[in-house]
Amino acid sequence: MNFDLSKKTLSDVNAFLQKIDLKSNQRDFVIKNPLGNHALCAGLQDEIKVTIQGHVGYYCAGMNKNAHIIVEGNVGTGVAENMMSGIVHVKGNASQSAGATGHGGTLIIDGDASSRCGISMKGIDIIVKGSVGHMSAFMAQSGNLIILGDADEYLGDSIYEAKIYCLGKVQSLGADCIEKEMNEKEINHLSSILKAQNIKADPKKFKRYGSARSLYNFKIDNVSNY
Amino acid sequence: MCGIVGIYLKNKKYNKQLGKLLTGMMNNMASRGPDSAGFAVYNKSSKFKYTVCLKENYDLKDLKKDLKNKLSNTKYKLIADHVVVESSSKPEKALPHIKKIKEIDLVGYGKSIEIFKQVGNPKDVVKKFSLDKFSGSHAIGHTRMATESAITTDGSHPYSTGEDECLVHNGSLSNHNNLRRTLIKNGIEFKSQNDTEVAAGYISNSLKNKTSLKETLTNGLKDLDGFYTFITGTQKGFAVLRDEIACKPAVIAETKDYVAIASEFQAMAHLPDVNKAEIYEPKPGVVYSWGS
Repeated sequence: MNFDLSKKTLSDVNAFLQKIDLKSNQRDFVIKNPLGNHALCAGLQDEIKVTIQGHVGYYCAGMNKNAHIIVEGNVGTGVAENMMSGIVHVKGNASQSAGATGHGGTLIIDGDASSRCGISMKGIDIIVKGSVGHMSAFMAQSGNLIILGDADEYLGDSIYEAKIYCLGKVQSLGADCIEKEMNEKEINHLSSILKAQNIKADPKKFKRYGSARSLYNFKIDNVSNY
Repeated sequence: MCGIVGIYLKNKKYNKQLGKLLTGMMNNMASRGPDSAGFAVYNKSSKFKYTVCLKENYDLKDLKKDLKNKLSNTKYKLIADHVVVESSSKPEKALPHIKKIKEIDLVGYGKSIEIFKQVGNPKDVVKKFSLDKFSGSHAIGHTRMATESAITTDGSHPYSTGEDECLVHNGSLSNHNNLRRTLIKNGIEFKSQNDTEVAAGYISNSLKNKTSLKETLTNGLKDLDGFYTFITGTQKGFAVLRDEIACKPAVIAETKDYVAIASEFQAMAHLPDVNKAEIYEPKPGVVYSWGS
């Protein structure tokens, strides 16, 4: 089933996709002419596949639950923000705060993601095939941020228990973020995530970063880091 | 919030459509800034152009009378309450005469630039000035959601920063009062309490001291405290700078025919071949420039 956003309103398309008639067999949808609209495919609940043919605006696929959303273009700020489960696959570049506060599911970005990718992530897996901007994984609590390219300054600033794997160069690490051992358990863990998405990259070549846990409790010596 | 847009044409075949392209960009950014709007269009002329805004109870006839025998080879173009005075008189000669007239405000001047700005919804403002009929080589625009100062024409962007130079800004500066005081001591004049006007004054002051635009903007990273994405227009093109935190958005679309920049992709969705464009975000604290 096709929707054309130059003819239909954004709220009509979103309302339809948010309340799928499960008695029908229609599970595959295409959205044409997204024209940079905001909040497209936000709050989808059902196991459907939606392909968006073009560039979209802010908060695309936000709060996603179960849907598989493919964007054949670039996305604006906050793609898949607060996603619960499902898959969001961006074929172009993503703007800042991609996957912000995501609880679960997988976000795949074929291009680059800009600043604060995975900010405050809470269990989501984010795979960026290109590079990420500054302050990515800021205060990230849980989940995996996998970067096949490089990372700009302050990667993992004030990170909690999320894991960062980066194949390329890291310009600098943020406060309380350190490089950690990439042992066999970690290699297998990363390998299973990459395999599930059919991504060919050697898990042994990644470096892992995580929390030094020195900011968990208030210490007067750390006051300048807060 | 505010919306900012800019377009620089690499291919002259679009020159006649410049105004039309910018109109679409401004209309799509109206939701980011419904309070006022303004734009600067660059179209090279052999003479100097002085854009002025007429105040109430003062019209073109009065302006012609007041400037008679003061500027040479003048031609007047009235668009809504703005007048573009074309003249062969150079700024050093013309500006003192123009500034003496209390019933007008100088909006911008140079050999290419024409600036128009007005309070009201951007969609109405661009219609009022018939932006879609403008042609030229490049243009920048602004839609304002007022935060720092009153909704007035003086508080609207773009701000002239010197001959053929102007500035639009999305964001807010926190050290503008202090900086304004310093700049006033250096002889820079301000008309409003607006923060962007201070950034414009900062740029004018630096350019006046023969610092290049790129160096000026790089110095701005340490002197201007706050959040910003700036677009500065110059006679040959424009430059873009985001502060080092980069929470104010900007996206660039580049094709073989043009470079466009906007706060949101939505502003560029109607541009020709945009789906084939290279689309990316300017990095924090890096000066990007085209045309010069």
